[in-house]
Amino acid sequence: MAGNTFSIRRPLIGLAIVSLATAVLPYVGLQEYSLSILTLGLFFAVYAMSWDLLFGYAGEANFGATFLIGTGAYTAALMSSNGVATPLICVAAGAAGAVVAGAVLAFPALRLRGPYFGLVTLVAVLIMRQLIILFSDKTGGEIGVAVPDVIAIEAATNFHIALGLAAVTALVLYLLVKSPFGLILEAIGQDSVNAQVLGFNIVKYKLTAFCISAFFSGLAGGLMTFYLGTASTNVFVDASVGVQIIIAAIVGGRRTVFGPILGALFMAIASEYLRPLGSLSELAVALIALIVLFFLPGGLLGLVRLARRPS
Amino acid sequence: MKFLEARQLTKRFGGLTAVDKVDFDVDKGEILGLIGPNGSGKSTTMSLVMGLHKPDAGSIHLNGVDIAGWAPNRIAGMGVSMVFQHSRPLQQQTVLQNVLLACLPNKVTHLRVTDAQRDRALESLRLVGLGGMEEKFPSELPFAGLRRLEVAKALARDPDLLLLDEPFAGLSAGEVREFSDLIRNLRSAGRALILVDHNVKSVAALVDRAVAMSSGQKIAEGSPREVLANADVRRVYLGSQSETVGANVRKRKSEASPVLIVKNLNVTYGKAQALSNISIDVVDRGVTAVVGLNGAGKTSLFNAIAGLLPSRGEIAFRQQSIAGTPAHEIARSGIVLCPESRELFGDMSVHENLQLGGMHLSSADKRERLDFVEQIFPRLGERRGQYARTLSGGEQQQLAIGRALMMKPKLLLIDEPTLGLAPIVMDIISESIETLRKSGELSLLLAEQNMVFASRHADSVYLIEHGAIEWSGPADQFVEQVGGKIL
Ligand SMILES: Nc1ncnc2c1ncn2[C@@H]1O[C@H](COP(=O)(O)OP(=O)(O)OP(=O)(O)O)[C@@H](O)[C@H]1O
Ligand SMILES: [Mg+2]
Repeated sequence: MAGNTFSIRRPLIGLAIVSLATAVLPYVGLQEYSLSILTLGLFFAVYAMSWDLLFGYAGEANFGATFLIGTGAYTAALMSSNGVATPLICVAAGAAGAVVAGAVLAFPALRLRGPYFGLVTLVAVLIMRQLIILFSDKTGGEIGVAVPDVIAIEAATNFHIALGLAAVTALVLYLLVKSPFGLILEAIGQDSVNAQVLGFNIVKYKLTAFCISAFFSGLAGGLMTFYLGTASTNVFVDASVGVQIIIAAIVGGRRTVFGPILGALFMAIASEYLRPLGSLSELAVALIALIVLFFLPGGLLGLVRLARRPS
Repeated sequence: MKFLEARQLTKRFGGLTAVDKVDFDVDKGEILGLIGPNGSGKSTTMSLVMGLHKPDAGSIHLNGVDIAGWAPNRIAGMGVSMVFQHSRPLQQQTVLQNVLLACLPNKVTHLRVTDAQRDRALESLRLVGLGGMEEKFPSELPFAGLRRLEVAKALARDPDLLLLDEPFAGLSAGEVREFSDLIRNLRSAGRALILVDHNVKSVAALVDRAVAMSSGQKIAEGSPREVLANADVRRVYLGSQSETVGANVRKRKSEASPVLIVKNLNVTYGKAQALSNISIDVVDRGVTAVVGLNGAGKTSLFNAIAGLLPSRGEIAFRQQSIAGTPAHEIARSGIVLCPESRELFGDMSVHENLQLGGMHLSSADKRERLDFVEQIFPRLGERRGQYARTLSGGEQQQLAIGRALMMKPKLLLIDEPTLGLAPIVMDIISESIETLRKSGELSLLLAEQNMVFASRHADSVYLIEHGAIEWSGPADQFVEQVGGKIL
């Protein structure tokens, strides 16, 4: 925002080119199977980008990403399975539900200082999971809710939906972090006392950031439910999925918006390749992530930047 | 009714009453000076006005509205701004962005920087003398530049009341004059200002009225001249105020060979040469001073000696080359650095910080060292359990030196020992430096801006300018040959 406009324009042109180039993948012979992995990776990318708005900029670690995603997914799934509305309305309701639930959770939590925010968000996931299992007659319990409707059947269309969502999320978040709002958020993350002395209500800003993060998480959760055909706790309401999201964001490069996309795709593809390892595959992915972090403290995007800048 | 009226202002931290029923007023177009010894409650008083602490009792009326206990962002919204005792810029943002931040409204829907905001930021930078530095990062600014940046941030908010906590600390005489002019201009623009600083002369020359505090209480109020003449203020704050240059200078030559020899030392940051061909002999069991302005290279020199900064050239400690040795080994061999930035463990107590310094000592030794340190700095003994982070600026400085002494250094490097210290503590430090010298157990290398202080203690003096040695010799000759020009 303070630099010249080109510093914003270039990454955005890059985003547009990469998105368009990726969009033709289904027509140049990419297998349906590979497309499905990329589709999941792109949903994952939206989760990771949304998570990093709070961590990378406002400096708050949210351990309850799946509380937001799960709210979006289950709201959409339950509305659809009860025949309340069309898929798109269900998805919109999921996004709105995530924002409301997120605000209710975060308002008290963000007022606390210290590690309480992280703790509260983590506990929220655990409670939500228990509640879903407890009311299994309505929620499907551990099996999950089957969604009768679909938004699209073809793999290519679903891929395009996920890609479009990821691109729009990246665009909106990038514009936001480069705006005065993003600058204030970073100031709060780096030195909240100073930010207050400069006149900013830090709870208001963090809460807004959390709601934006909730909106995209819930939206992606709802869409992914329709793609998968079910909402289940192991996919949508799980603390370990939350950890995977955190790893993806950090491996990709926190405080970069685009980095988490790379991280999420990397994690999705790596866990697919390592699937033959069975239960060891999660461990292997974590190890690879550690190695990446060790050698590239700036994350994968840091590597891209290094390569672009000759010595 | 004055613009700001504080009545019976009180703040307690546990059993300690940091601010005790203090009354003061400031009007628009007026500068109030707040002076007092380290830990007397000056910064806490400012924090109460800004809303960073909630008062336990008392009222603060700003323009007739009682703002006591309000959140800081609301008080900021009333036109109050504060420059902190320590600079805290956003490191990842440019200088311009740091100031732009201060121009933004508290509105989440404000998504574009307006031209007016940008102009205001640029104007503030120009006013404080940072014009042309907009695209630099704070880490590229010298110490005084960071202080300027803080003032620019405060100015950009166009405050009616500006609180300045030690704006002069660490600045050279010339920079202090510049800042004083800037502050005077703010007064003529009709703002109210409260100024805290230990640079007594500059404060006295600048303020319209002064309030002196001690142990949280107001002990004197009036014109700066009256307050400085007050017997209590002299006793608890000013001390001897020895201005005699070279008072203690003995024309003694140390026969022993130097404990540390630096030869042709070069340090570069990227393309910039920070130190060029520095050669220094540190007097064995004596005091050697490196003097020079901010940015001259004193801190780089100390960091290079301590192994914290890569350098080219020779460094020999007690006839052994230590160039290229890792920092922790240098520390273990007996060279201890007490850095300008203090580097205390903020979330540990005073006692724990000292314990960490004396980690390698036997428990009897440690006990004896602790007594020694607490005898030099009694305040540290009184505050064993307090978190280092919550100590006052001057108390932190004492703890940093104390912790370094706990390590039983053979050679102690102190970067800016007098930064942020009340005049009376300078006396204490002076005395302790003399005690240390007499104890004959260690050699001292000091980096100082305060050339009076340095020349008072040093056996030999090196003057650094722009990373090179401009003059070196015994302290008495420093006073004769260079003193007149700089002091
Ligand atoms: N959060 C806190 N908890 C406990 N004690 C505190 C806290 N903050 C300040 N103090 C104590 O209150 C006293 C007043 O501190 P303050 O920072 O106001 O002093 P000061 O007058 O600004 O001193 P200096 O000149 O050294 O900066 C000090 O003894 C300090 O240790
Ligand atoms: Mg202070």
